[in-house]
Amino acid sequence: MIEVKDVRKVFGTQEVLKGISAVFETGKNNLIIGKSGSGKTVLLKCIVGLLTPTDGHVLFDEKDYVAMNIDQKNEIRRELGMLFQGGALFDSLTVEQNVRFPLDMFTHMPLSEKRDRVNEVLKRVNLVNANHKFPSQISGGMQKRTGIARAIVMNPKYLFCDEPNSGLDPQTSIVVDELIMEITQEYNITTITNTHDMNSVIANGDKIIFLHEGNKHWEGDKYSLFESDNKELIDFIFASDFLKEARDARFNKLKNKV
Amino acid sequence: MAEYVHASGGPLFHIGRYVLMIKRSFAKPERAAMYWKETLVQMNNIGVGSLVIILLISFFIGAVSAVQFAYNLSQSMVPMYYVGFVVKESMILELAPTVSCLILGGKIGSNLASELGTMRLTEQIDALEIMGVNTISYLIGPKLAASVTMIPLLVVISAITGIWGGLLAGSMSGYVSGADYLQGVLMSFKAYNIFVMMVKSVVFGFVLTSVSCYQGFYAHGSAIEIGKASTRAVVLSCVMVLFADLILTWLLLR
Repeated sequence: MIEVKDVRKVFGTQEVLKGISAVFETGKNNLIIGKSGSGKTVLLKCIVGLLTPTDGHVLFDEKDYVAMNIDQKNEIRRELGMLFQGGALFDSLTVEQNVRFPLDMFTHMPLSEKRDRVNEVLKRVNLVNANHKFPSQISGGMQKRTGIARAIVMNPKYLFCDEPNSGLDPQTSIVVDELIMEITQEYNITTITNTHDMNSVIANGDKIIFLHEGNKHWEGDKYSLFESDNKELIDFIFASDFLKEARDARFNKLKNKV
Repeated sequence: MAEYVHASGGPLFHIGRYVLMIKRSFAKPERAAMYWKETLVQMNNIGVGSLVIILLISFFIGAVSAVQFAYNLSQSMVPMYYVGFVVKESMILELAPTVSCLILGGKIGSNLASELGTMRLTEQIDALEIMGVNTISYLIGPKLAASVTMIPLLVVISAITGIWGGLLAGSMSGYVSGADYLQGVLMSFKAYNIFVMMVKSVVFGFVLTSVSCYQGFYAHGSAIEIGKASTRAVVLSCVMVLFADLILTWLLLR
């Protein structure tokens, strides 16, 4: 379980996060949603330690990550995996070497065992026969799946996904979303996904936190999402006039039925 | 770390951040074998990758120096074997270490800055940090180690090639015979001058690599910024090499 308590982040005179508190549960895909500039990426970076909160605490299984020294943080970091928006694969390494990198760096496993583990996770993300290809030789979807394989190769307790669907076509997005969901449940890990893709929110929102202008405006799940009367959330979900009209038409239809 | 990347300040801020970067680049490696592997890759990139350009430039510098000295000496009473002596002394004391490192500042400096800058921009450095890797130590440490071992070797090769280029150009132009030139080269040999050349090459290698790595590692923004960081890396490393050259010459040749 990951908990954030009163997390504030200030850049110069701009307060990007204004005291966010939330609990991210184990075995669930916890989504952080919100418009661009709402503070979701900053919150995610504060949680993983790429940014230090100005105030507040980030607790990984009740251990305060913010107060830890660099060695203690590195211990926690070896238990977390992250899927970056652009994949963040190492250009000079093949798919296999990319996925094997954390094993090479942090374990004493023999090479044959490492290769078996790499093949196991590549198979898990449905990426076969790509071991010797370089990131530039594979598609965006395959890069994302390689990123997921690298994130889970060390059996992490926590998985972070930053905009996993960006740059992907709708079908590949669904495949990546399903994969994240399956891995979360299969390995019983705490997953936090930062997204503004509504398909993903509706499919995978076990727990959803909605950020607006640095504040937590709403918290719930995919079932309670459409029942909310939070104006900012409704504006975010029904972003276009077409969707608003569709929603109103449906409401009117239901009203007439009643 | 991301905050340090996006922060900006005056010269003192950059000097402080540079010193901290150097300190962290010597941190204990997580896995020595991985660092050693990376060092070998960098030794290949920096050393073997720069060999052809160093050979080419050094040959022509030595050749042109020999012809120019010979032309000047031909109108004086000074014996022609001094051409070999002057080319040897200038190659060892100044031309091989300084000109080679200025050339390497352009080649290696822009390469390192753009490599690290691209890694920063595409979140590869963030990915390493999330894994718990000491990014400065892993990405910059091996580059520094490779530079301070390979650049002195390149400088030695440069000095030899330059002297050899002088021999060929001098004898082919008819100004000085091969025997006279070699007599000058072997005349008044000072081992201390070789020591000065090696000290200069180690210091210049360290300076140009660390300055370029600093520019690339802390680059942020867009692709245009990578280009700017790359340009800054070349300009600053060349200026720093020339500044270090002056200081070392003062200190070592009193």
